[in-house]
This record gives sequence, C-alpha cells and structure tokens, in this order.
Amino acid sequence: MSQPNRLKTGGRVDRSRQLTFTFNGQRYQGHPGDTLASALLANGVDIVNRSFKYSRPRGIVAAGAAEPNGIVQLGSTEAGQVPNVRATQQALYEGLTARSTNGWPNVQRDLMGLIGKLGGQFMPPGFYYKTFMAPASMWLTYEKYIRKAAGLGRSPNENDLDIYDHRHQHCDVLVVGAGPAGLSAALAAGRAGARVMLVDEQEEMGGSLLSSRENIDDAPATSWVEKTLKELSELEHVTLLPRTTANGYHDHNFVTLHERCTEHLSDLAPSVNGRRQVRARLHRVRAGQVVLASGAHERPLVYGNNDVPGSMVAGAVSTYIRRYGVAPGNRLVLSTSNDDGYRAALDWAEAGREVVAIADARQNPDGELVEQARSKGIRIIAGSAVIEARGEKRVSAAKVAKIDIAGFKVAGPVEELACDTIASSGGFSPVVHLASHTGSRPTWNEDILGFVPSPVKGMTPAGGAHGVYALGKVLEDGVAAGNAASEACGFSAASVSQPNVKNLREGAAVALYQVPHLKATLRGPKQFVDMQNDVTSAAIELATREGFESIEHVKRYTALGFGTDQGKLGNINGMAIAARCLGRTIPEVGTTVFRPNYTPVSFGAIVGRHCGELFDPERYTAMHQWHVENGAEFEDVGQWKRPWYFPRKVNGKTETMHEAVSRECSAVREKVGILDASTLGKIDIQGPDAREFLGRVYTNKWAKLAPGRVRYGLMCKDDGMVFDDGTTSCLAENHFLMTTSTGGAATVLEWLEIWHQTEWPELDVYFNSVTDHWATMTVTGPEARKLMSELTDIDLDKDSFKFMDWREGNVAGVPARVFRISFTGELAYEINVQANYAMHVWKKLFAHGDKYGLTPYGTETMHVLRAEKGFIIAGQDTDGSVTPEDLGMHWAIGYDKPNSWIGKRALTRPDTKRTDRKQMVGLKPKDPKVVLEEGAQIVLDPNHPIPMPMVGQVNSSYYSPTLESGFALAVVKGGHQKMGDTVYLPMADGKVHEAEIVSPIFLDPKGERQNV
Amino acid sequence: MSNAQQFDTRPQGEIPVESPLAYSMQRSGTPKAKAGTKVTMRERPFLGQLTLRGGAIVLDEALREVLGLGLPGEPLGLVQDKAGERSIQWMSPDEWLLIVPGGEEFDVERRLREALGDAHFAISNVGGGQTVLELEGEAANEVLKKSVAYDVHPRHFPVGKGVTTVFAKATVILRRPSEERWELVVRRSFADYTYRWLLDAGEEFDIAVEN
Amino acid sequence: MFYILCPYCGEHREEEEFHPKGQAHIARPEDPENTSDDEWGDYLFFRDNPRGVHHELWVHAVGCRKFFNITRHTVTYEILEVYKMGEQPSITAENYAAHQAAASADNERNASQGKHQQGVRA
Repeated sequence: MSQPNRLKTGGRVDRSRQLTFTFNGQRYQGHPGDTLASALLANGVDIVNRSFKYSRPRGIVAAGAAEPNGIVQLGSTEAGQVPNVRATQQALYEGLTARSTNGWPNVQRDLMGLIGKLGGQFMPPGFYYKTFMAPASMWLTYEKYIRKAAGLGRSPNENDLDIYDHRHQHCDVLVVGAGPAGLSAALAAGRAGARVMLVDEQEEMGGSLLSSRENIDDAPATSWVEKTLKELSELEHVTLLPRTTANGYHDHNFVTLHERCTEHLSDLAPSVNGRRQVRARLHRVRAGQVVLASGAHERPLVYGNNDVPGSMVAGAVSTYIRRYGVAPGNRLVLSTSNDDGYRAALDWAEAGREVVAIADARQNPDGELVEQARSKGIRIIAGSAVIEARGEKRVSAAKVAKIDIAGFKVAGPVEELACDTIASSGGFSPVVHLASHTGSRPTWNEDILGFVPSPVKGMTPAGGAHGVYALGKVLEDGVAAGNAASEACGFSAASVSQPNVKNLREGAAVALYQVPHLKATLRGPKQFVDMQNDVTSAAIELATREGFESIEHVKRYTALGFGTDQGKLGNINGMAIAARCLGRTIPEVGTTVFRPNYTPVSFGAIVGRHCGELFDPERYTAMHQWHVENGAEFEDVGQWKRPWYFPRKVNGKTETMHEAVSRECSAVREKVGILDASTLGKIDIQGPDAREFLGRVYTNKWAKLAPGRVRYGLMCKDDGMVFDDGTTSCLAENHFLMTTSTGGAATVLEWLEIWHQTEWPELDVYFNSVTDHWATMTVTGPEARKLMSELTDIDLDKDSFKFMDWREGNVAGVPARVFRISFTGELAYEINVQANYAMHVWKKLFAHGDKYGLTPYGTETMHVLRAEKGFIIAGQDTDGSVTPEDLGMHWAIGYDKPNSWIGKRALTRPDTKRTDRKQMVGLKPKDPKVVLEEGAQIVLDPNHPIPMPMVGQVNSSYYSPTLESGFALAVVKGGHQKMGDTVYLPMADGKVHEAEIVSPIFLDPKGERQNV
Repeated sequence: MSNAQQFDTRPQGEIPVESPLAYSMQRSGTPKAKAGTKVTMRERPFLGQLTLRGGAIVLDEALREVLGLGLPGEPLGLVQDKAGERSIQWMSPDEWLLIVPGGEEFDVERRLREALGDAHFAISNVGGGQTVLELEGEAANEVLKKSVAYDVHPRHFPVGKGVTTVFAKATVILRRPSEERWELVVRRSFADYTYRWLLDAGEEFDIAVEN
Repeated sequence: MFYILCPYCGEHREEEEFHPKGQAHIARPEDPENTSDDEWGDYLFFRDNPRGVHHELWVHAVGCRKFFNITRHTVTYEILEVYKMGEQPSITAENYAAHQAAASADNERNASQGKHQQGVRA
C-alpha cells in the first residue's frame, strides 16, 4: 500500500477494498468511496495537468464541480473515450484509466511549457489574434496548430458502445442539491404530500454535511443525513436521484438533469441479466416549483503564482481530510479573509500534520473557530495574506506579508514560510448558475460579499445558494423553502421540527479578492483568476486599460469563465478585479451570464434513444412491404420513405439508376406504369361554405365545379407567392377532397385552419386530414384503360369518365374512388382505397397487369415525366419568391373572382408586376447528352469578368429517354420574353454549358395523350 | 345530409386486409411474455373510427339517439359504453373521435347524418388511417415516460382522459380507458416507427406483444 | 421550452405541441383592392419587435389544432396571459407596469429587484 497521503483513519472510503487505476500510464491504488482526485492526492500525485494557455503544471485545487485543473480524458478503449471529466467528480472504480487533457509529451516534462515561460510575459489576452493576424489567409493554418497545442480533450474516433436514455419527468417540487438545505426542503415538501424530486450531483447525498465538523442532534451530521434520506425514500411521491446534476434551468421551470447511472462502476456500462445498462440518462423535468439548494463555492484568494500545485481552496482541504481520509500535504499555510477558512487548519492539525501559520487578512480575528486555532497553538498572523507562492512543481514556501486592503498594497515586510500546501479562502460565492440560466441577473449582497439569485418565478433559493451559511439557519431555511414551494403547489405546509445545532459565534469577514503584491499587477508574478482558461489578474487589468468596460466584453476578451468552467471559482474574483481597475463597485460592474450546462453532459445523454433506426420517424405507405420485397431504392421525402426507382437484375447485373429510370419512363409512355402516390396530403372538406372557402384560398375559380369533377389549383400566400398546389375534387355540393403535395400536407391543413379560425370564422366549413386513411395508386400509360377494365365495375368509356372526372366503384373488389387526373401527361387513373385493403388491390393490379407490361415506377421517373410536361413541384420549382405569373400559369389565376382571394392583391404590387422577374422557362442543353446541374446559375455572357451577373438558376433537370436529351426547368429574369435565346451555365470545374430557352412544356403541348 | 358524400370503404366479399402493423410485426417481431414481463402491448386493428365535427349540443343529442352515448362533458374527456366497445373522445372544442367496432362505422355515420339533418357538421371516416395500440402492465407508465413529455402520473392523468401529444418524434392520441390500460391511437404511416420505439423503450421491462 | 396554457384544452402543455405564428392582431385589410401598396406592404411585411410585452398568435398544433393568443414578455419570457381568438388582451405594454406593481404588492419577496446590467447573449 503506497498511498503516502492516506490517513490511517477517518473518511468515508472503504479501506478494506483496494481499487487499481491508471493515470497517465502509471498504476495506482485507491479505495471505494474515492474520487479520482482524492485517490491521486492520496498517492501524492501533484501535477494532474498542464494549463490551457501557458502550459504551467497544475494540481487539484477543489473537491467538486468547481475544479478547474483536474480535467481528464477518461477511457481505456477508443470507443470509451470521455473528454472533460472532472477528477473531483469521477468516482474511482477498478481499472479506471485516465489521462491529462493537456501536456505534450507529458505533464511532467512539457515542451509547450517553454512557450508559456518564454512567451508568458508576451502572451496578453488577444495574443493569438494579435500575433497571427497577418496574413489573413494563414489564420486557418495557424489555428490548427494553436488548437492542437491548447488541447481541450478529444472525442472518440469509434462508435460509442454504451446506450443512453431519456425520461420525461413532472413534479410539484424539484429540489436541486441534497445538502442540509435541500434535504430539509425535500423533507418538508415530501411530508406535505407533494410530488418531490431531490437531485444531487455527488456520489452520495448530504453535501457539506459529509465533511462537516458539526453535530446535529448531538450526533455526527452524517447520521442526520442517513435518517432523513431513509424517511424520504419511504415517501411514495418522493424520487431521489443521486449522481444527477441539474445542468440547465430553462423557461417556465423546465430543468434538465444529467443522471450518471453507471459511470461510477466501469468504463463500459456493465450488463445485468445479459442486458446492457443505461450509462447516462437525461431527465427533462417540468417542475411546479424549484427549490435551489445548490450551495456555495468557496473563492480562492488571488495571489502570486497561486496555481503552483499544492495551492488549494480551504474547504477542499477539509473535504479531502474528512470525507476521503487524505491529507494532501504535510505543512500548511492558510490564507483567509474569514472564520470559515479556519476549518481547514483545524482539520489539518487534527490529522496530525503541521499548520505552519494562518495569514488572516483581518486585523482582529476573534470568532469561535479562531479561538479553537489559537488554543491549539497555531500561529495566526493578523492583517496579512499569502502574497506569493514559491515552487515550480509543488509549493515550497509561502511569502506572507501584512497588507493594506483599502490601499491595495503590501504594508509590511515579507516573511517566507516553508510549506508544501497553501490553502486559501476569500469567502463564499452562492452557486447562482442555475438561476442565471433563466436570464435572471443575480443581485449583489454586501452582507455576504457575494451575488445571490434574483427572483425567478416559481423558484425559491435555500441555504448557501442565497448566502445563508450557518448550519442551524440553513436547516431552518430549507424547511421554509420546502414549505413555501409545496404551498405554492396547493399543499398545506408540513411540520418539521428544527434539529438541535450549536450555533458558532462568527467574526465578520473582510472583502479580499486579489491580494496586493510588492510589484504592480502587470509586472508581478502571475495571479490566476480562472485557472481553466488561464486568465490572470493582469489580463483583466489590461482588458480594462484597452477600453473594455462592460464585464461581458472583459469576459470575451480574456476568456474569463468560458467553456466548461462557467466561472465557478474565478468569476467573482474577476468582477472584483475589473471593479478595482475601473474604479467601480462590484454590483456596478455586474456579472456575466452563466449558461447551461453547469458541468459537461455527454452527447449520448443528449441523444438518448434518438439514434440509429430511431433517429427520425420513417413513414411508410400501405404498400411499403411490397416495395421492399421488389427491390425498390428509397428516397426520403420529408419523413416518408418513397420508392425512388425499382432497379431490375438484367443478366445478373443490377440496373443503374439511369437505366432503371429510362426503362420506367418508357413503360409509362408506351405501355402502363404504376406509382404509389399515397403520400400526397388529403384533406376532407365539408360544409355549406366549403366552395366559397376554396375560392378564397386557391387562385382559380371553384364556383362551378360540379360533383364528379376535379380541378387543379394553385395556392399563394398573401404576398402573392405560390406555396403549394394540388387537385381538389367535388364529392358533393358541400363536400370536397383536397390533395396537397407530400411535404405540404400538414402546412396546408394549418393554412386552411388559420384563415378559417382567424379571418373567416363566419364560414361554415370543417377540414379533416384523411391522408393516412386512403392509399393512392396511379395507373398511367396508354394501356391503363385496358388494365383497369379487367378489375373495375366503373364505366371507363372516355366520354362518360372523362379527363378530370372522378367516379366511385369497386377496384379488385374493394370500394374505390378513381380520379382521372394525370401528373405524367398520359392517360391516368388514380385509385384511392381504404389503406387496409390497398395491398390487395396493388397485388391484383400486378396479377392482371403483367400482360400489359405494368411497370412500377418511383419518384425519379415521376419527376422526369412531370417535368417533360412542365408540371411544377412546389418547393422545387418554386421557392417562396415565385408568383403564378412567373410560372406562366395565367390560366390558373381568377383575377375576376368576386372575393379578394389570398395573394390576389399582392399580384398588382409594383414588385410583382416587374417584367424582369425570374420567370419559369424550359432549358434545352445544346449538347443533348448534358444533364444540367440542379442549382446551376445562369448567365448571359460567360466571358464577363467574375463576378458575373446571374440571371437565374436551374430548378429541375433530368435526362429524358423520350426526348433522347437532357432538359431542365429553370427560372430566368424576363425569361418569358427570351424564348430561343442562348444562355450559359458556368460550372465549378471551368466548363461552360450552353442551353436554349424554350417552353417548359417539352412533350405533347396540347395535352392529347392524357385526354384519350 | 345529401350535400356530403358518404362512402362505404369496406368491401363486401372476403378480401385480404392488412393492419398498419402487419409489416412491422413481421419485421421487428412480437416478443413473447417472459417471467419478468412488466409491460404488454397489443394492436386492436380495423376498428371503425370517425372524426366528428360540429357543435357540442347537436352532436351530443344525435349521439345519444344513435348510440345511447353522449359526448364527454369536459375538454380532454373520454367516455365509453358499458362494454367498453364504443368510445367518444374530446379532441377539440368542435371535434370528437368516435371509435366503434369495425364494420359499424358506415351505419353509424349514416344514422348520425340523418339525426343531424341540416345542422352544420362534418363526419370523416378515418379508420384506415389510424390504429389502436394498447399498453398494459406495471411498467406501462415508465415506457410512456420514456416516450411522451406529457405527465402520465395518475394524479394528472386519471381514467377517462385522453390527449393528443408528441410521442418521441411522432404524435399520438393517448388515452386512459381504465386503471390498468393505456391506449395509443397511432397514425398509420407512423405506426411502424411507434411500434419500434415501444419495443425499444419496453425492452428493459421485457415487453411482450400479444398478437 | 415554454410551458403554455392552452385556453381550449384548459391545461399547460409543452412548447413542442405548439407552433408560433407571429404577431397577433394583424388584421387583413377589409377591402384589399382599395388598399394602397404601402398599406398592403405594411400588412404583409411589417411587424413589431418590442422589448417587453408582446402579443403573439400560436396554434396548439399537436393538440386541439386551435389558434389562440399569448401575451408574452420578450425579456423574461414570462407568459402573462393567454386568450382565445376574438378576445382582447387584459395585459398590454401600456398597463404592464401597473399590473406588475399589483403583483409585487401581493408578493413582497419579489419586490427587491436589484440593479441589473444588460448583457449580450452568446
């Protein structure tokens, strides 16, 4: 057993069991109950990292979430790599493997440190930007190396093998933090009968009580913790979540929790009964009330070289001794501005180690803890502070001097005290991070020398989180907060008796943040304010000198409180220094905004089960299985999986897409094809004013559409721009069936509703989505009628069932509505049957269709066929800036309709009347083999120097087997007047395609083929 | 009402019929119950489903006349007949979902249309577009907590309530017809996703599918 | 993530069930054909962007599909009230201060607002 700093007794670790772990390739031992940090300290590992910017050696400073240096890369396998883990929060387990985040080639012997040393003086804030500013084109190159040198952990290069999960939670009272305040609050709210969730980020609940010197009800505080947790766990509506960090506090009491389910057990989540456990879980909580019992962070003092390993926050020293049984050194100098810091010295002395001296910034320290130290014979140097640490890889001495706080200067001779550890305490900062997430700016409280949360609706702070620190008061405050919260949720306050706690007499603290040095800040030894981001007091002073007065600007210029740190140890000290430099008070300077997440959250937890095949819904039609079994390649259209094309095997070789599409196109043009069109949106419209309503939302006329007839319509927004199109059928005088584009189904329904509900509520009409109720199959091609006639009792005679008619009857024995509409330009029947019977009808069509050459086709063929006819796809040939006039669809505009339909007024605005608007045209490449690129820009003069004026772009482009040529639909400025002109399409590779502007209708302009 | 077209979508003879989950159950499987099974799922396919739109007073009267079952009195209410075979759920101030045994819907619609006469209303047959999934068992609530942001705690979601809400990345109608049973009315095209999501969410509770 | 009271469903629902539809109370001019281009342009394109009380149109898209209005504070994101189509708000930018004063009187805990510096969002 070689844990030189492990105490013989004490702490909450299980000394009967050994755990072996690896840090930076070296094996060490620790115990269950340790964190990685406590185990490293027990083993005397001083240097855990190199600093972010200056590459200085760094050691553990804190004992919890506030730790700025002990940030490690976890994981023994590539797939298991986890960056940005705080060693102070990571429970030790057998086989744990961790590395320092920074440091090359290693933390002990760091080459980058040379730069830090040599360049240190010359690396003010903005150094990289100022130094590597020119030439601008090189910045991307510089940045790559700078980032590599800085190092911020790395993500794994292999897929994560673990699984993660989400839970949606609701409760009356969410209590954040299970220290004395949180436990009391949960107890009060739980006893009242409220649904309570109590969450705590640590391995064990109890917070500060787990390392407290104080007794509750004449027993160690931990017994009260156990008793309280037992009662809470027995309450039916109380949920306890340890190892769970409340990471974000969002609008209206929405709080995200990050529960680490197995991260304390092993690298990869262990299996139980052959089932892999969830590694981490994200809880999305909607709370009626939030009790913020997140406690307070102790502020270190900002003295020279305060980052030399062995420098720690006073409270952390106590925690390592009392909770983990680790004394992180032998000879301690304490620098404090308050009574609380004395606990570290007392614990140190009781652990049998030497307290060299206490430098107390106050002139006459006299509290009860001070008395205890005096009675132990500890030397107290009043009115003084540690002004500088000596040592490189470990503290070797502390320079202590009398200081004049008001004058910000050293007021007496410097004494150098040999020691290996310096603990410091500048008082406490309430953890206001979560409250700040809501946008609420914290308020300065001069009594406690700290910011406290400002009111947030539905939130009650308790205990240290708003500056209540004395244990007895904290317990009382917690009960009050718990009762206030449950009462706000409609419960009656519960009675919770106040436990017996001895109140300590406390001396007043003094406000001390940056410790004065013999030299001016800019010339003295580095005083670190934010160790994670390597921000010094000099950097802040320089920022203010360079004119950054707003603390938000100082933050961005220096990186104070950036990233995963979020200003836990350093922010208040930073504000204080800025205030000193600017000659203002801290509340005048104000705080920056703390943002979610409080501590890093794994991406896995954010993703939960929304990955792999559950990443996004896949919507299937009723014929999906047939498509799969018949080898369809699928295209995503919104969330729908639509057959794209159906490649066949010919002589053992699978067709290319081009071959398949050519074959499918020819089948439709020459024989008969079938398309699954079920994804089109369908809206059932009923009511006496249905017809009137259609006339207002479509650009064309609907007054005379008779039952049995179908009409095509365009929809505009009120700015006159086309946003969807489709056909609507008159089923009965007051009953219509509207179809929309596949992607527009939900949007169009909402569109109809917004106009009905907000503008025209007097119209009697209802809209219901029936998209999924009907399956739609389009049978189209010259042979379509022959095929249909074998399967239906509907009279298919061309004079009784005309183009743009619909009829009802049976198809393959199933009641169907059949619509004679055509998106291919060929004779076409769209068969609609109730979706549960669709597979039967589909298969019957194939059973009979074989002899006619029935060919299934997908969306690609559909696109080619419709584009040959100049039929638009809303969203592909339109982009929200195209009017019906621009599309050349004057025939679909009812300018003389009696009402001012949506979009009409805008069509007479000067902008929509311009003749040089981009108008839809056809493009025929001069080389028929060329298929223009969709999105390609169109110019009139390819020899014009760059930038060339662009006059339009290609929206739809395909190869047509029928035309034996590429062809495209495009928009060109003033294109309708440019028929026959030649335009040019310069490509990225330097080629320039030539094309002729032609009519967008490439095939059968009179529509004879569909009208047979 | 002669001004709307009523259309019976059910064929007369023996025609093969496929529920929205036919493919999914074949592809993703139907896990059998185990000793540790804490949640059970089953589909109730081919029910008659009608969306009713109109004023509450006239619809209530017509429904009482035709089905002997009135509208739920409150928003988010769900009422059923004694046998639990016919139910009416509040969907919106002017919309209700009527579910009846498969095959009844055409006749019910016809009789409702007669009873409603000249009132302004709409009835849409939506039975082919959605299916009903049932969840039962002690872990049903946990499975739902993994899937919907809506609060399913019994204090907030008592028997006789139904809501339309977001389910994972799709939407469902979620109803609680009895103490032990939840119903999810799922859109046909999202049924496969919903089924796979539920199998995954229920895996830790040894979810079983009764087929 | 807002928690929004749907005035039709009568209970709070998660924001993901709703779609925001922009500023409320934008009336379409009664007689578009006799509306000037400028007026039509205002109706189409110009919207308020207040710092403070704002009236918005929302729809309970995954829910009852009804449109309704929300009065929301654009700084605190507090939803001050919801009201149905055709109704008028009781809380407006003009009377907001008075409303707040009345609310603060009810709850003294909320009265101690400190001086807050306005910052940028990053």
